[in-house]
Amino acid sequence: MADALHTLSAAELGRRLAAGSLTSRDLCEALIARYQVINDKVGAFTHLDQADVLAQAAASDVRRKAGQGRGPLEGIPVAIKDNIAVKGQPLTCSSKMLASLVSPYDSHVAERLRAAGAILYGRLNMDEFAMGSSTENSAIRKTFNPWDLARIPGGSSGGSAAALAAGLVPLSLGSDTGGSIRQPASHCGVVGLKPTYGLISRFGLVAFASSLDQIGPMARSIEDCELLLNALASADARDMTCFGPSDRALTPAGDAKKLRIGIPKGFLGKGVAPEVAAAVNAAIEFYRAQGCAISEVELPSADLAVPTYYVVATAEASSNLGRYDGVRYGHRSASAGTPVEMMTASRSEGFGPEVKRRILLGTFVLSAGYADAYYVRALRARAKIRAEYLAALAGVDVLLTPTVPTPAFKVGEKASDPLQLYLEDIFTIPANLAGLPAISVPCGKSGHLPVGFHLVGAPLSEAKLLAAGRLFEAAHGFAHQQATL
Amino acid sequence: MSNVPSDWEVVIGLEVHVQLHTRAKVFASSPWGFGKAPNEQVDPVVLGLPGTLPVVNREAVEKSILFGLVVGSSVPEHCSWDRKNYFYPDNPKNYQLTQKDFPVVVGGQVEIELPGASRNVMGEHKFIRIHHAHLEEDVGKLSHAGSGSLVDYNRAGVPLLEIVTEPDLRSSAEAEAFLRSLVAMLTQAGVADCDMEKGQLRCDCNVSIRRRGADKLGTRTETKNLNSISSVRDTVIYETARQIRELEAGHSITQETRGWNAELGRGYVLRDKEDAHDYRYFPDPDIPTLKISRETVARLAKLVPENLYDRQRRYVEKLGLPYTAASVLVNDRALAEWFELAVAAHPTNPSGIANLVANDLLRDLAASAGAAGSFDEAVPAPVSLSSCPIKPAQLAGLVKLTDEAVISKQQAKEVFAEMFKTGQDAAAIVDAKGLRQNSDTGELEKIVQEVIADPAVAKSIAEYRAGNEKAINALKGPIMKCTQGKANPVLIDQLLRKFLG
Repeated sequence: MADALHTLSAAELGRRLAAGSLTSRDLCEALIARYQVINDKVGAFTHLDQADVLAQAAASDVRRKAGQGRGPLEGIPVAIKDNIAVKGQPLTCSSKMLASLVSPYDSHVAERLRAAGAILYGRLNMDEFAMGSSTENSAIRKTFNPWDLARIPGGSSGGSAAALAAGLVPLSLGSDTGGSIRQPASHCGVVGLKPTYGLISRFGLVAFASSLDQIGPMARSIEDCELLLNALASADARDMTCFGPSDRALTPAGDAKKLRIGIPKGFLGKGVAPEVAAAVNAAIEFYRAQGCAISEVELPSADLAVPTYYVVATAEASSNLGRYDGVRYGHRSASAGTPVEMMTASRSEGFGPEVKRRILLGTFVLSAGYADAYYVRALRARAKIRAEYLAALAGVDVLLTPTVPTPAFKVGEKASDPLQLYLEDIFTIPANLAGLPAISVPCGKSGHLPVGFHLVGAPLSEAKLLAAGRLFEAAHGFAHQQATL
Repeated sequence: MSNVPSDWEVVIGLEVHVQLHTRAKVFASSPWGFGKAPNEQVDPVVLGLPGTLPVVNREAVEKSILFGLVVGSSVPEHCSWDRKNYFYPDNPKNYQLTQKDFPVVVGGQVEIELPGASRNVMGEHKFIRIHHAHLEEDVGKLSHAGSGSLVDYNRAGVPLLEIVTEPDLRSSAEAEAFLRSLVAMLTQAGVADCDMEKGQLRCDCNVSIRRRGADKLGTRTETKNLNSISSVRDTVIYETARQIRELEAGHSITQETRGWNAELGRGYVLRDKEDAHDYRYFPDPDIPTLKISRETVARLAKLVPENLYDRQRRYVEKLGLPYTAASVLVNDRALAEWFELAVAAHPTNPSGIANLVANDLLRDLAASAGAAGSFDEAVPAPVSLSSCPIKPAQLAGLVKLTDEAVISKQQAKEVFAEMFKTGQDAAAIVDAKGLRQNSDTGELEKIVQEVIADPAVAKSIAEYRAGNEKAINALKGPIMKCTQGKANPVLIDQLLRKFLG
C-alpha cells in the first residue's frame, strides 16, 4: 500500500483522505521515505524540512477529523519552486547570492495553499533566478531527467517537473517567464500550465522579468493541474498586475470536440525533431477525428519572438536583480571596502555566469543611446506579436504546436552554447510576450524521452486549454506516467 | 536685495522635493513619521525583499492631484511610473520608482508676492509656471560610523512629490517668495507639512545667467539638496556672482552638479556632465498605468482651499482690512478661517477683529505654545488654534462690546487677557469685573451738570467758550472721578458740548 502512494494522483489521494482510508501523515511519511531513496539520483529538491512537513500533515489530519477540512487540497503535499516565498523556508532561487536567505513572509500562493489545507512540501531546484532551460544553471545542485538520468529535465522549473516524473510529490508549483513551466513539463512527460498574465498573484514570486513572469501549476494529469490552478487563482491587492475580482471570470470550456484548433504555419518545420513532429501531428489528427476544426493560421512576426524576449526579459532582469547587493540580505563579499565596492564585489561573487550574462545584456539594451534601438523596438515588436496572436485567436480557440522542438538533451551538451539553448523556448515565448495562457500536454515519446504538445489560448481561456488536454489525455496513456527509478 | 549688475540677468528654475502628508508609504503599507528608531518603519516591500511588489498608495496620488488642482494644472487622464536605476546602499531596490514620462501633475502656476517697500506696503505679484510634478519614493539615509557604514530605511519609500518649475524666477528674492508661497499652498491644502527641519522639503536649484535682453538661456548649474529657504537664496546669490565672475573673466560655464556648504556659505562641484549617471529609465512593469477618473478629480476639487492671494485681495478689497493684517491672516489657513468665523458673528467691523487676531491673539498663542518647528525664520509658524481658549464668536463679542461703547478700547485689552486666561465670554468678564461703562444719559447728565456747577472748573469753561477746544478735557477728569472711571467717554464729550454749547 504505502509504496504505491507515490503513483496516485492528487485527486485520488484527496478521495482516499476524504474517505478516511488514508491520513496525510501516512502519505507524507511514504513520500519522505521515497525522497530519501530517490532525490539524490534526480536532484529535484534542494531542501525538505521533514519535521515541518510531518507537523503540517498531523495538523491537517486533526482538522479533517474535527470536520474542519479546508478544501480539496486538504492534506495533499505541494512542492514549491525555490523562487516562491514560503515563510520560514529557504528562498535561494538556486543562487549563491541567496543561499542563506530564509523568507520572512508568505507569497500569495503559499497563503492560498495553506488556506486550501495543502502541505507546503519542500523547495525545488531551478536555474539560478529562473534563467535557463536545463536547470544546469543552479548554483546548488544538478537535476536530472527521471526518464534518463544522463539528460536535463528542462528548466527553469526543472525540479518541479522532475519531482513529478520521479513520483516524489503529486503536485508542484513552477514559474514561467518564457517557457519555464511548459518546457520542463514536456521534457519530463507531465502537464504544465502557464496561466493568463494576472490570473495568479506574483506577490512572493522572486522577479526575473516582471511583465512576463507567472506562477503556474504542474501535475501528472489534467485533472490535478486544474485542481491546483483553482486553488491558486484569486485576486490579490498586493500585486497591481493581478486581475481584480470583477475581471477574472474564465471563459467556459464548452464542448472540447467542437474546438477550433489553429496550426501556425511553418512551426512544424523549424528544427523540429522528426519524432516530435510525428507525435504532434498524431495529436492534430486525433483532434480532427474527434470533430475539431483544424486550420492553418499565419503568425508572420513569430520569428521576432526570441530576440524580442531576450531584450525585454533581460532589461527587466537587469533592474529586478539590482537589489541583490549584500547590503540588506544575501551574499556579502568579505573583501569589503567602501559600501559601493562591497556591493560590486558581492554581486561579482554571488551571481553565476548566465545571470551575469543577462544582467549585462539587459543593462546594455537600456543604456542611453541604445535603448531606442533595442528596448523600445522590442516593445514595439512585442505589441505586434500580441496583436497577431489575439487576431489569430479571434478565429480559432487554441493554437497547437510542439512545446519544444527537440526532446531533452544530454547534461552539458549545450552548456557552452547559450544561443542554441535559447531556442528551446521558441514555441513557448510568444505566450509570455502576449500574456496568454498556455499548456504543455504529454503526447508521446521520442524513444524513451517524453514529448509534449503546446496549446495557447485567448486571455482567460484556461478552461478551454484544460478541456482540450482532457479530451486527448482520456484517449491516450500518458496521464499519471512516471519514470521507473 | 539683489547685487546683480544690471547688464546681467539671472534665470532660476527650482525642483522642490516635498514629502507628502500621508499615513502610509507611497508603495507599501508601512507607516512613516519623524523621530523613530532606525529601521523601525520598514516592511518586506520597503526593504525590497525578493518577491515583494509595489502597490500605489491612493492617498499619495490624491494628495498629488490635489496639489495639481491647487496650482491650476490640468489633471492628466492617467499617469504611470518608471524605474530610475542606480546603485547606492540607501536605495533598497537599487532603482527608484519615479514618473518620467507621465507625471501626475502637468502645468499650473504659483502666484508669488515680492517684499514691498516696507512691511505695510504690498509688493509686486508674479506668476511662476509649474512644468510638472511627479510622485516618487524617497530613499533611506546612509551614515558613516567608525570603520563601517550604517543605513536607515525609515525614510525609504516615503512619498515624495517633486515639483519642477519653468525657469521663470529672476532673483534670489523671487526664489524665496516662490518657496514661501508654495509652502503656504501645500500646507493650507493639507498636501504636505513642509517642515524643513525634518527634511520634509528639499530643493535643487538651477541657475544660469545671460546678458539682459538675450533670448538664449546660458549654461546652467544645478545645486542639489538645499534644505532651507535661506540656502536657496544664498545659493542663487553665490552662483550668480560666481558665474558673472567666470564669464567676465572670459571663461565659460560648465554644466555641472553642485553641492552647497551652508556653514561656509559656498558651493562646490559634485560632478560634471561627463560623470552624469545613466539611469536606464524604463516603465515599471509592476505598476499598471493609473487612470485618474474625473469623479476623483471632482471630489478633490472640492478640497482646494481659497488661494492665498485671492483671500488677501478679498480681505483688503471687500472687508477693508489693512494690508499688514490681511497678509498675516492669509498666511495661515486655520487662522484665516478662524477670523472669518468671528467676522460672521459680528460683520460690521472686520478690521477691529483682524487687529485683535493678528496682534493680540497670535502673540498670546505663540507665547503659550512655544513656536512649533518653523520652516522659515521670516514667517511665523502656524499656531495651533485647536487649543485656543477663545472661540471666534467670543472674540466677535468682545469687539462688539467695544464698538457699542460698552467698554473702552483700553478695557478691551484687559478683557481680552482675561478671556485668553479663562475662556469666558467678554460680557461675563465685563460684568464680573464691573467694567461696564456708564452710558445712562440721565444719570450722566446730572453728574455733568454738577461738575459744571463747581466753581473750581469755571476757568476751564471760560477758556473752552473762548475757543480753546482742548480746555474741555479738564472737565472730564472730575466726571470720571465721580463715576469711578466707568463713564462712557464718548457720551460725556457729547453731554459737555451740549451743556456748554
